[in-house]
Amino acid sequence: MSMKRRTFLKGSLMTGALGVAVGAGLLKPKTVLAAWPEAAFSADTMDAAMSAIGGNGAAESDQIKFVKTPEIAENGNVVPINIESSIAGIEKISVLVNNNPSPLACQYHLTSNCDGYVAARIKMRKTSDVTAIVKAGGKTFMAKKTDQGHHRRMWRLISYVIVR
Amino acid sequence: MAKKTIKIRAKMSGGKAAVKALVKHPMHTGLAKDKKTGEKIPAHFIKDIICEHNGAKVMHAEWGVAVSKNPYLSFRFSGANKGDTIKISWTDNKGDSDSAEAKIG
Repeated sequence: MSMKRRTFLKGSLMTGALGVAVGAGLLKPKTVLAAWPEAAFSADTMDAAMSAIGGNGAAESDQIKFVKTPEIAENGNVVPINIESSIAGIEKISVLVNNNPSPLACQYHLTSNCDGYVAARIKMRKTSDVTAIVKAGGKTFMAKKTDQGHHRRMWRLISYVIVR
Repeated sequence: MAKKTIKIRAKMSGGKAAVKALVKHPMHTGLAKDKKTGEKIPAHFIKDIICEHNGAKVMHAEWGVAVSKNPYLSFRFSGANKGDTIKISWTDNKGDSDSAEAKIG
């Protein structure tokens, strides 16, 4: 596992340099992407994840809505999250689950043609806030929703006795 | 390359293209244990998934282990017409990848 991590880190360091070069316009590949943000995804606290994605100081916004996102999730492995935002010029939407071992769940980079809408199905271990960070026009905004990710139900078996 | 892990539904709706995709992928977190061997199942998850419209990138999502198994993707964008091509491609942490195309209906 540590061997893999070392080569993985080496790989992401390399692509990091490449990403910087691409950003500076020195390289013009066709569909090369910025490196997958390893640090952000492996951050294990909400604070670390927020600073890794540039979410610190995000202003609360009522223009980010959780649509059809349940208060109580049927299945903690598949929690549907739908985010709608009417903020103009959205570049990125990040979804974080506060109480997950690694809070950052996913990020969406949207082009200017896209609606401020993303849907995802994520895993949640326990009751948690779900935070959406929207980066638009150089500013960041956030909204939260509380989700009871893991809801245990006890079913009582009722046996029917058929009397003939 | 007959992997076929991606199902795409792309439809025009209210002047915009609504794209929905379902990707078949285990999305292992690396934390769960195999019930038979007792060993941890190594992390195996999609890291990047891109959607292109007529060859131009429209959306790029970065996923982590918290995204559910057989992940779902849904978004909308403008500037598309019926009959245009949507292409979705993903790469995972093991270097695997797949892509699929569909026409907007």
